[in-house]
Amino acid sequence: MKRLLRDRSALFGLVIIVVLVLCAVFAGVLAPFPQDVTAYHLPRRLLGPNAVNYFGTDRMGADIFSRLLFGARLTILIAVIATSAAVLIGVPIGLVAGYYNNRFSDLLMRVSDVFLAVPQIVLAIAIAQTLGPAIQNVILALSITYWPFWARLVYAETRSVRNEVFIEAAVALGASPLRVMVLHVLPSIASSVIVRTTIGLGGTILVAAALGFLGLGPPPPTPEWGRMVAESREFLPQAWWYAAAPGLAILLVVMGFNLLGDGLRDALDPRLSRGNDGP
Amino acid sequence: MGALSSRTVEVMSPLLELQDVHTHFPLRDAWGRRTGWLRAVDGVSISVARGEVLGIVGESGCGKTTIGKTIAGIHRPSAGNILFDGHDISRLSPREGRVFRRGLQYCYQDPGASLDPHWRIGRSLAEPLVIHARLSAAERQIRVQNILAAVGLSEGHLSLYPHEISGGQQRRVGLARILMVQPGLVVLDEPTSGLDVSVQAIVLRLFLDLRERFGLTYLFISHDLAVVRLMAQRIAVMYLGRVVELGATEQIFTAPRHPYTQSLLASVPVAGGRRVSTDFVLEGEPPNPANKPTGCAFRTRCKRAEARCAEEEPLLRRLAGGLQVACHFAN
Amino acid sequence: MGPDLLAVRDVSVSFSTESGTAFVLDEVSLTLRRGEIMGLVGESGCGKTTLARTILGALPPNARVRGTAVMFEDRDLLTIDPGEAADEIRGRAITFVPQDPYSAFNPLFTVGDQIFELLRWKSPDRQPLEAGYSRARRQTDRDRALTLLRLVQLPDPERLLKKYPHELSGGQRQRLMIAMALLPEPRLVIADEPTTALDVTIQAQILMLLRKLAVERRVSVLLTTHDLGTAWEICDRVTVMYAGQAMETAPIDAFFHAPALPYTQLLLDSLPSGEAPLRGIPGDVPNLVAAPAGCRFHPRCPRATQICGAARPLSTQPRPGHWVRCHHGLLR
Repeated sequence: MKRLLRDRSALFGLVIIVVLVLCAVFAGVLAPFPQDVTAYHLPRRLLGPNAVNYFGTDRMGADIFSRLLFGARLTILIAVIATSAAVLIGVPIGLVAGYYNNRFSDLLMRVSDVFLAVPQIVLAIAIAQTLGPAIQNVILALSITYWPFWARLVYAETRSVRNEVFIEAAVALGASPLRVMVLHVLPSIASSVIVRTTIGLGGTILVAAALGFLGLGPPPPTPEWGRMVAESREFLPQAWWYAAAPGLAILLVVMGFNLLGDGLRDALDPRLSRGNDGP
Repeated sequence: MGALSSRTVEVMSPLLELQDVHTHFPLRDAWGRRTGWLRAVDGVSISVARGEVLGIVGESGCGKTTIGKTIAGIHRPSAGNILFDGHDISRLSPREGRVFRRGLQYCYQDPGASLDPHWRIGRSLAEPLVIHARLSAAERQIRVQNILAAVGLSEGHLSLYPHEISGGQQRRVGLARILMVQPGLVVLDEPTSGLDVSVQAIVLRLFLDLRERFGLTYLFISHDLAVVRLMAQRIAVMYLGRVVELGATEQIFTAPRHPYTQSLLASVPVAGGRRVSTDFVLEGEPPNPANKPTGCAFRTRCKRAEARCAEEEPLLRRLAGGLQVACHFAN
Repeated sequence: MGPDLLAVRDVSVSFSTESGTAFVLDEVSLTLRRGEIMGLVGESGCGKTTLARTILGALPPNARVRGTAVMFEDRDLLTIDPGEAADEIRGRAITFVPQDPYSAFNPLFTVGDQIFELLRWKSPDRQPLEAGYSRARRQTDRDRALTLLRLVQLPDPERLLKKYPHELSGGQRQRLMIAMALLPEPRLVIADEPTTALDVTIQAQILMLLRKLAVERRVSVLLTTHDLGTAWEICDRVTVMYAGQAMETAPIDAFFHAPALPYTQLLLDSLPSGEAPLRGIPGDVPNLVAAPAGCRFHPRCPRATQICGAARPLSTQPRPGHWVRCHHGLLR
């Protein structure tokens, strides 16, 4: 932990994420115009950033800043649920496949390969398109396309850990495969999974924003960041704040997760390789 | 008799019996097709009496580690039977085997490496009990403390991680873990390999101590002849998967009958004694175990090899005096 | 025995590590004569490999070397020009046989390629490289290589040149290593645990070979080992080290039958033998970041008194040719 906090960029990432969470939680309090999630004020449309509307207003006259804050909730919701689902599907599959390493494992991995062969965003678009624009469909599309990343990672890690002496010793001691997988293998590979999940959260947000941009996300007036960027297109370049605000938000949040993930990787890896000296 | 093993060996049915055990590993080429077999253990029949220390010696490729792991259930025998306390454990499923394997534990060369680095030592020590025994948490705790004391460690170690203690202490923890389920037989695989000689002495003392205290039987696998001489009452000499000589320790050391055993003993340096490298005569290298010679496996390096040695594989025969030798010329 | 070939004088080496500065060598002095085989024995962490590396100049970048001198023939290796050292000394006048014959070779090149590369740069003929690698030179090198492979009793040398390192056995690799160490016609060969990774029957062969070649070619050998039996086999003199301090140097017979240092006696007593009861040395090797003051063995020594922790003993010579640094030596 200490090492992580010493890493400046990781700290920066952590701060961004904390801010994101706070914004989401306290959106109701922080937003100057909470009703602008749904309300509109046409006379005030497309105003530039000013003292009242920090990031200006959008085409319906709603305050962009407030909408961003509420959009943070959506962002976190989508990211967390989709990534959790992907992890919960991918990790056990990878674990079992890596532990047993037989034809069944090969089958599982080939299935995940099929999913990986298609670019995630294309697949997500296809799914979301079929099911219709709604937040749960976005989450579903993301989970389905994302689980193979974890499966692959966990499979490779499990296979390498499988040959370690302490795993063989646990088996020799009489531990059941389930016990070995969950209590021994999983903690050993946990750091890789954590790092991947952190970065994965960022990636999910990006893809979710892309889906929203394409109109496949939750319908208006939901303040989804990607959709906000899409809406701004016809008013560019004059209403630059309309695209810049959500765009910057997406950028910062994804960067934050990436930085944190990198920092975690640096912090978690060397700890395990440190051995001891002495007879 | 091993110089320091003073407990008498009980005369009962053997605790462990190997009947013509084979362990073969398939050799595969780059495409995964099987090109042949690595006959790591190629027909071994030995028995270990209750309470004794049987030493298994040999050089790399002789199969001694494989046989240890086969006994412990890490490898499956390709043929033959392994009887533990009268029960055939060679072909049991992992779940069935677990019940019997309680009594039969395998100690790695570095027992410290057998500890999960992410688990605290207390938890690692309790794990065998969680898997095998039906004890309450309090009872487990008591057993852990007892064994911990037996290996010379204190309770303070329980809350530490393996990397926080020294290598020697890790070794003790690894040993303690094996003793948790009160095994009858412990397979010790190269337990002193790589240790400094001063530490080795302490570790060997510990083994003897534990044997006294818990009534253990040891299968002592090592390439270090001097150590085995000290610890074992009987010795089996292995070469390329087979036992070539078997008998009481002192008999083997003072009057070996198999040419390989004779060369092996002649090659061991004795600090302060006769220098072996001035007149050592065993030439060549052990052949590849994937490509064993026909007949007697040692014939490619044996001074006395004749045509018969290539055709007929010598079997272990008991000689007058108790020694068992697998050689056409020993009588 | 001839005059001094190598004289290490009061050399100290420290490494800066995450947990502090580790004082890996503490004022070590050692002399090696021409044509002699010196054993450097000690347990793990005693510094024998570090000392070998210091002489070779192959220490990691976080090492700091201080000392009076490391005299090789008439040059001080501590102050020598690095370019000259790389060309003249390392790999030429002083060569190295590493412990692990497996990883010392490049797995991508054949044995022959690796030998010829060595001869291009470190041929005993010392032809400058600008002269080009002519066919005549290549032929000479090949003959020289084959001769040496036969000398180390490697079978079928012509075929061996075309093989890859992983196709050889451990014993063959070590013989090859010895051959390559002797190719540049060095005056000193440093062998770091050369037989530790080998089976005991192969070990006997390799030791026999090493001694024979060293004596024939009048090459001095500095052999590090943790196995006293190995030292006994081929060394003329032995130096024992503990936790970075060199504590006793004696001719081989004196070392094994009448040592002056209590630590040496304890080591000999720990050797498994049928007679004496098994005695180890209780305690642990000290952490070199916070090593004991004075004689570093004093916390574990049965003969230690207060002075042992207060001041490092000076070197005395209780018998001719037998040096020891101990306040309470066994010989008087």
